[in-house]
Amino acid sequence: MLKLSIDTIEVITARGLGFQYSGSSHPVIENVNLSLRSGEFVLLTGPSGCGKTTLCRCLNGLIPNFYHGELSGELLVDGKPVASQLTSEVSRRVGYVFQNPENQLFALTVEKDVAFGPENLGLSRDEIRRRVDWAMDATGTQGLKDLAPYELSGGQQQRVALAGVLAMEPSVIVLDEPTSFLDPRTAEGVVKAVDDLRQEHNVAVVVVEHRLDLVARFANRIVVMDRGRIVDDGSLGEVLDRDYERLSALGIGVPKVSLLWALLRGDHLVTGSLPTHVEEAAARLEKLVHS
Amino acid sequence: MISLENVSFKYPSGEFVLQSVDFSIDSGQFVAIMGENGAGKTTLAKHLNGLLRPTQGRVLVDGEDTKKKSVAALSRKVGLVFQNPDHLLFSETVRDEVAFALRNFGYSNEIIQKQVTKTLEALDLTGYADTSPFLLSGGERKRTALAAVLAWEPDYLVLDEPTIGQDYLQKERLRNFILQLYSQGKAVVIISHDVEFVAEAGPEVVLMSKGRLLARGPADEILSNEDLVEKASLVKPQMARLFSQLGGGFPQDVVEVRRAKLLLEDRLSQVKSAVSQGA
Repeated sequence: MLKLSIDTIEVITARGLGFQYSGSSHPVIENVNLSLRSGEFVLLTGPSGCGKTTLCRCLNGLIPNFYHGELSGELLVDGKPVASQLTSEVSRRVGYVFQNPENQLFALTVEKDVAFGPENLGLSRDEIRRRVDWAMDATGTQGLKDLAPYELSGGQQQRVALAGVLAMEPSVIVLDEPTSFLDPRTAEGVVKAVDDLRQEHNVAVVVVEHRLDLVARFANRIVVMDRGRIVDDGSLGEVLDRDYERLSALGIGVPKVSLLWALLRGDHLVTGSLPTHVEEAAARLEKLVHS
Repeated sequence: MISLENVSFKYPSGEFVLQSVDFSIDSGQFVAIMGENGAGKTTLAKHLNGLLRPTQGRVLVDGEDTKKKSVAALSRKVGLVFQNPDHLLFSETVRDEVAFALRNFGYSNEIIQKQVTKTLEALDLTGYADTSPFLLSGGERKRTALAAVLAWEPDYLVLDEPTIGQDYLQKERLRNFILQLYSQGKAVVIISHDVEFVAEAGPEVVLMSKGRLLARGPADEILSNEDLVEKASLVKPQMARLFSQLGGGFPQDVVEVRRAKLLLEDRLSQVKSAVSQGA
C-alpha cells in the first residue's frame, strides 16, 4: 500500500518538456513528463547521451538561461514555472552537483567556496557560519577547509561541491554521476549523507547513474531514459522485472546478482523475480543449494 | 618495461604523495591500480610518462631514466589518458582531435586517415567525427580523449579512470579493446575504482593506500580479500559478497559472473538430480 505523508509536496513537475541545443540538429530531450515529490530518492538512468544531464540542467534553470536553444513544454519547481523565475532563484531551490566537480569550484579556499552561496543569499553572519559548518561536517570536508580546490583529489573536490550545494539548503538535490570520481566507500558515504539529509529535511534527491548497484539500496524509484524520452518509471524491483531485456540492451549496468539470476533462470535452475541486491540473492540461493 | 625503483614524490608545498614505490610493468601485461581517493594513483601514473619526475628514486622506460628524456619523447612510447577529458580536448572536431598527435609525429596523410578511421570505429565515435568535442556528453568526451591517445598506438597505455561516464555496453567494448591491445604485446595500465569492471576484466591488481603499495596479485585473489579491500577503501564485487554469504563449501575467490554461474549451475544440477533420484 502506498503511504503518503501529509507533508510531501510536488517539488518538480515537467509536462511535455523538450529541448534542442542551438547548433544541434535534433532535440536532446522530448516530451518528458515527470513528477517529483519531496522526500523521494530517484535514480535517473539511461545510456550515455540519452539526455539525462540535459534534463537535470532544465531542472535547475541552467537551461534555457545558460545553455541556449529551443525549450518546449512546461516545468514547475516548487509549483512555480521556471520560465518566470531568475536562474538564481531556481538554482537555490534545486542544488546541482556537476559530473565534473572542477566546473563548480572557484574560490581560493574550500571554506570560502562552501560559503559563497549562503553569502549571496544575504543571510546573517551566524547563519552563514552555521550552514558552512553543517555542510562541511555532513560531507567530511572540515579537514580540507583551508586548502585550495585545485589542490584536492577528484573525490575530495566532489565532496566540496556537494557541501556548497548543501549550504544552500535546497528542496531538490541533483547529483550527476556522484560516484564516478569517488572510491566505492567514499561514494557510499556521500550517497548515505545525501540520503540522511533527505530523511531529516524531506528534500527530494535525483541521482544520475549508469550503474544500478551503487545506489540501489537508497533509491525508492528509478526513471529510465532512452533517446531523450522517459521509457520506464517505478521501483527498482518492478523495473528490473518488467524491463530487464531493455535495460541490458540500453547498456545499463544492472546489479551483477540480477544478471546472475537471469542467466540461471534462463537455464531453468532458478525461478521467480530478479533479486535487486546481494543479501536477497544469497538468501534465496541458500535455500536452493542446501535443499 | 617501465620500472619504478624506490620512487618517492612530494609536491613542492606538501607531504610525500608517493613513498618508496617499487613497481614495474612489462609488455603484454594488464595492470589495474586501485586504491582510495588521494592514495597517489594519478601521481604514480604521471610518473610513467615523465610528466612528473621522482623526488627520490628513479623511473626507467625501456631502460632509460625519465629524468634524462623529454615528455614529448616519452609520450610516443607511453600514452596517458587523463581522468578528466577536458584537460586534453581542444580541437574543432572529433576527427581533428584524434588526428592531432599523429600529425605532430609526422605520419603521412594516408596513415593518419587509416588510424583515425580505425580508432573512431573501435570506440563507437564514427558518427561524431565531424562534431565538436564540446557538444558531446561527458561519456562521449571521455572516449574522444581515449581515441586521441590510442590513435598513435603507444607501447604503454595508461588510462586514468577509463570507465567514468561509460555505460555497460561501452565498458564491454573498452574491455575487449584492452584485451586486444595487451594480447598484441602492448602494456595497459588502468587506474580504476570500478570494482565490477576490474573483476570482469581480470587484470593484475596493484592496491595502493596513502602513497604506498599495499599488495599486488590476480584480480580474483585481491578483490575477494575483505581485509585488503577495506584498507584500500574499496568494496568487494557483488559475486564475492554473494559467495561469502552463501557458504556451503563454495570457493571464496569468485569475482566474475561467468565463474559464479558455472559453479552454481553445477551445484544446482546436482541438487536437482539428487532430488529426482530420491523421489
